[in-house]
Amino acid sequence: MKPDALLYPAPKGLYCQIGDFYIDPVQPVERALITHGHSDHARAGHGHVLATRETLDIMGIRYGEGFCGASQAVSLGETLVVNGVEVGFHPAGHVLGSAQISVRANGTRIVVSGDYKRRRDPTCAGFEPVACDVFITEATFGLPVFHHPDDRAETRKLLTSLAQFPDRTHVVGAYALGKAQRVIALLREQGYHQPIFIHGALQRLCDYYQSRGIDLGELRPATLAADEKQDFRGTIVIGPPAAFADRWSRRFADPIAIFASGWMLIRQRAKQRGVELPLIISDHCDWAELTQTITEIAPSEVWVTHGREEALVRWCELQGIAARPLHLVGYDDEGE
Amino acid sequence: MRAFAELLDRLVLSPQRNAKTRLLVDYFQTAPDPDRGYALAAIAGTLSLNTVKPAMIRDLLLERMDAVLFRYSYDYVGDLAETVSLVWEPPAGTVQSDVPLGAAIERLQMTGRADVRSVVRDMLDRLDTPARFAFLKLVTGGLRIGVSAKLAKQALAEMGGKDVAEIETLWHGLSPPYLPLFRWLSGEAGKPALSTPAIFHSVMLANPVGDGDLDALDPRDFAAEWKWDGIRVQLANIGGTRRLYSRSGDEISSAFPDVLEAADFSGVIDGELLVGGTTRTNRATRSFADLQQRLNRKTVNHKLMDAYPAFIRGYDILFSGDRDIRPQPFVERRAMLADLVDTASAQHFDLSPLVPFSSWEELDQLRAAPPDPVIEGIMLKRLDSPYTPGRVKGPWFKWKRAPYNIDAVLIYAQRGHGKRSSYYSDFTFGVWTVVDGKETLVPVGKAYFGFTDAELEILDRFVRDNTTERFGPVRAVRAEPDFGFVVEVAFEGINRSTRHKSGVAMRFPRIARLRPDKLPRDADRLETLLAMIETREST
Ligand SMILES: [Zn+2]
Ligand SMILES: [Zn+2]
Repeated sequence: MKPDALLYPAPKGLYCQIGDFYIDPVQPVERALITHGHSDHARAGHGHVLATRETLDIMGIRYGEGFCGASQAVSLGETLVVNGVEVGFHPAGHVLGSAQISVRANGTRIVVSGDYKRRRDPTCAGFEPVACDVFITEATFGLPVFHHPDDRAETRKLLTSLAQFPDRTHVVGAYALGKAQRVIALLREQGYHQPIFIHGALQRLCDYYQSRGIDLGELRPATLAADEKQDFRGTIVIGPPAAFADRWSRRFADPIAIFASGWMLIRQRAKQRGVELPLIISDHCDWAELTQTITEIAPSEVWVTHGREEALVRWCELQGIAARPLHLVGYDDEGE
Repeated sequence: MRAFAELLDRLVLSPQRNAKTRLLVDYFQTAPDPDRGYALAAIAGTLSLNTVKPAMIRDLLLERMDAVLFRYSYDYVGDLAETVSLVWEPPAGTVQSDVPLGAAIERLQMTGRADVRSVVRDMLDRLDTPARFAFLKLVTGGLRIGVSAKLAKQALAEMGGKDVAEIETLWHGLSPPYLPLFRWLSGEAGKPALSTPAIFHSVMLANPVGDGDLDALDPRDFAAEWKWDGIRVQLANIGGTRRLYSRSGDEISSAFPDVLEAADFSGVIDGELLVGGTTRTNRATRSFADLQQRLNRKTVNHKLMDAYPAFIRGYDILFSGDRDIRPQPFVERRAMLADLVDTASAQHFDLSPLVPFSSWEELDQLRAAPPDPVIEGIMLKRLDSPYTPGRVKGPWFKWKRAPYNIDAVLIYAQRGHGKRSSYYSDFTFGVWTVVDGKETLVPVGKAYFGFTDAELEILDRFVRDNTTERFGPVRAVRAEPDFGFVVEVAFEGINRSTRHKSGVAMRFPRIARLRPDKLPRDADRLETLLAMIETREST
């Protein structure tokens, strides 16, 4: 069968007509399959949600227990049948619980990557390539400029700065789900065992990661009690990027603005945000990993979604691989 | 190269002066020789490297990369060196290893024109991404890191626990990779002995008199002297070595053999280079236009020297023999200068006369009607002021005569019309101010006349050789603290303006003179222009 008959972009998201379900729909639908807990992929208000245990838990933390009508947990590696369509969840290596979703009917198999990365990540299961006819890849960093450096070297920069500027508060901006926990885990791997102070918005997700057996060491709330003299000099404080825009980060003693993101590769980006120490740490593939993954999976067709679609499509054309952009709307192409 | 690249990236993003200094000190302490010396040169603007054109870098890249993918990438990043550093893919199997900064620079310096292309390609293959970026910025001459030579010297002083004045004194006698300097700063050797004793010493500069600046000051604490309309120079004769420098430290000895030959005293003096007769010969000082006949020449013949005799009008003395007398007060130095000039050739040296005055009002009147057309204002010097390199606020002031005059930096140039359509002859110039915590040039006016045809040739050449961006018929030109073109702009009046970003508008600005002897960092500040408006509004 033609792949379009199995899965196609509809206004509410990728739709499987045979199975009557959506994958990562951007508006409320009756039946949704969710790749991972980031808010542009996992929205509240669906009738029935199928996702990994972790993704469901994360949605519960973010939206409250009533985030959908009914939910069903799937394990990574598990296959089940939805209205005659074979559906599989495979590790995507993006954040805790993230999955690629494969759908197969009438001998055609499509893999929806969701968001994914190929680097080792101490906080989630590593990406596994799945053979398929159509690979739907994200393209957040889909430009040849993106080559993310080794994340250990990046976290070392933070520790070097801490030694160099022991009187300054090292305030790190990191997305609340995934990035923050990965940065903490990387710091612990590098031998940093001091307490790390976290913004309130990170508390429940960090607790959840710890409850799933991911050791983040000692975390303390980054709040100042009126009678306390603690001014956070020489410590690491982690908060969500949005907190940098408000007065939150200014309460700390001589703060040094740090931001952990794949975008920090571009100097102008760091400058615009007023970042003094950029840490290039991404939860997405860089260009080399995107192209290697396509080469490795060798699908007969590639569909490209959120991000820099045109460059990846161009690359596929040069390699003789059929490719097209999906132009899905509603996803954050400036994501983590 | 890797450590240097990291340093650059940190410096560019660090707004605090203290943080920049800390980063520099740590780098200078940990980087090996000769890397740190070359890094210092790159930061302080003393590195000489044959630069390569951005077009060549682009060509090298397109040997390997799809043009469409390159365009997407460049459009996204917006900076060629950064784009190339990021998209460059070494051939499979290339082992990347860190090429030390010193090795990279020395290799480039030894490379002939014909081999540049392959050497640059090879370097790009070997270096990793951040190092590749630093390398590309170095070879294309586009390094902008927001660190002044002064700050770098401050960091050196901190590193070695020395006084920055000591480093200033040595500075112009040292050259990259500054091995003796670092050996001294790290305590491995004594203070470097200079091989060329007659080195340039950074000159002391004056601040313009701003509104109210003089109110709190006692005229009895100051000496006044005329500010002559020539070029500020430094003449050294130490141990028989004679050198003449412009105020920015460029050696101009070869154009003035007459003056050097006459300099049979021992020491270093500061003065105004002029053409015509000295006061001691009782002949008139001639105009700046006449002096220009002698400037910018590699050699000079007797006919020219006879027609345009050059001399120095002494302002100050820095060294008497090889004794550094800069810490002594102005009055004492002035007395020594007078003694020195007295015994020197009367055709080639005289003393800038002091202007007696008892009140600021009296001085203001004298300033408005100076006795000689070659006077452009008044200098005020505290009697007790030591000779301090750079522009310290307080000890020295300059008080220029009306109409208004400022030194500004060329920022944009546009093609002229009609007869001048083949030249870039409409110039936008700017002055310094702080925008978002950074020293920035803001445009304050446009001028398209005032210069001679010969000067236009110079300006046009500068524009063509130093274009950084094009917007239709307009070109942006390089304008950095240590590189750019300074012009003296004269204008009839100045007002506040809401239409201009700078907040000021000049009436009838014209380019009064080119100032190749000045660096952009020496140009005036927006605050000076605002003070002019306030002064006018209050009278
Ligand atoms: Zn995501
Ligand atoms: Zn996404």
